[in-house]
Amino acid sequence: MSEPKDARVVIARQAARLLKDGDYVNLGIGIPTLIPNYLPHDVHITLHTENGMLGYGPYPHEGEQDPDLINAGKETVTELPGCSYFGSEQSFALVRGGHLAATVLGAMEVSASGDLANWMIPGKKVKGMGGAMDMVAGAKKVIVAMEHATKDGKPKILPQCTLPLTGKGVVHAIVTEMATFEIGKDGLVLTALNPDYTQDAVRQATGAPFTVSAALQSYAR
Amino acid sequence: MNKTTASAAEAVKNVPDGATILVGGFGVCGVPENLLTALRAQGAKNLTLVSNNAGLDEFGIGTLLKNGQVKKMIMSYGGECKAFEEMALDGRLQVEWNPQGTLAERIRAGGAGVAGFYTPTGYGTPVAEGKETRQFDGRWHVFERGLRADFAFIKAWKGDVLGNLEYRKTARNFNQVMATAAETVIAEVEQLVEVGGLHPDHIHTPGIYVDHVLKGSKYLKLIEKLTVRKAAAHV
Repeated sequence: MSEPKDARVVIARQAARLLKDGDYVNLGIGIPTLIPNYLPHDVHITLHTENGMLGYGPYPHEGEQDPDLINAGKETVTELPGCSYFGSEQSFALVRGGHLAATVLGAMEVSASGDLANWMIPGKKVKGMGGAMDMVAGAKKVIVAMEHATKDGKPKILPQCTLPLTGKGVVHAIVTEMATFEIGKDGLVLTALNPDYTQDAVRQATGAPFTVSAALQSYAR
Repeated sequence: MNKTTASAAEAVKNVPDGATILVGGFGVCGVPENLLTALRAQGAKNLTLVSNNAGLDEFGIGTLLKNGQVKKMIMSYGGECKAFEEMALDGRLQVEWNPQGTLAERIRAGGAGVAGFYTPTGYGTPVAEGKETRQFDGRWHVFERGLRADFAFIKAWKGDVLGNLEYRKTARNFNQVMATAAETVIAEVEQLVEVGGLHPDHIHTPGIYVDHVLKGSKYLKLIEKLTVRKAAAHV
């Protein structure tokens, strides 16, 4: 069994394998921000941040931070050669217009038909959806990177979401520390399995049925 | 023509109670700090503010919320401001949630004379409730209205006395589009230059959109989440 901290690394490493050299990608807050650390050496992607930049780089060295240079998580970042800046309207026009190869983001619930819930729990404080609804409506490939179960051990992959949606039928792939699923017309398809877990264990932890791909892959150790 | 205004107080003196104001910025980045500080002192009430975020408890819009000046927020994310969360939860503040890109496009449409548009964003979610939906090319879309306001408060890096503006890095964010969509547009700048002091190809907002230019007297330019690289880290 993996420790929770390891789970985040396993998820990020596996999600990185779904990205291709040359992709323009938007990474959500949390686990997705770890992905650049685990890209294969021959895969170079350009990161989009919805507050208006393509081609941002790692955090600055101490003392080199610039209040005018942040990502959508409001963290200080840096410029990579070839980066560009633009306003929010163009930033989302390029998202909505289908110009991003992929977005990777977290979720509270995902349904077997690709519905996503990740922005509000009724009765609790509402922080807002930010750019998540636009991202999942616009990116060519929507990848959810999340831990397989809630902190209470309940499934997050369900026949139907119980929480208010961020998008309907928008998720293409789910990556967890246990398994990777693609979502097709007939629901969930298991496409990669972490060898630390059995298919039975994945079935027990998953709230919806799934089929197994004939080309099932194994997570890299 | 000289659009400069002597002080932030002078710039905001005609904002009436009940006004709707577009406020540029993303988090605390690219925020019209001086105009918001002056508006707090001016005291206009029952305001509707259109802004991506709600500032912080001690900075920007958050200070107007705490001062009881705001009736309604039209926004996409309020996670960083406790005053906002409390007031939204207990009903003292009306909140209209917009997906961030829909908010930007509504303002773009408002500034470009477009009454509304169909977008796939938000279909099947709470933001589509009560709105017209329509299928185009096999995909469902939600009808969203263009958005205009009485005032826009904009922050730019450089500006000239004609109101031409140049932004810096990610401090551009909503400022550029908001400059197009209000009856009265007030821009504050870090550097005020003479006519000809900006390269025409580098002007992001042409002066036609801007009514008043203010040289900001003081910029805190806060950092919300300072993240730095550890010496050995590789990304």
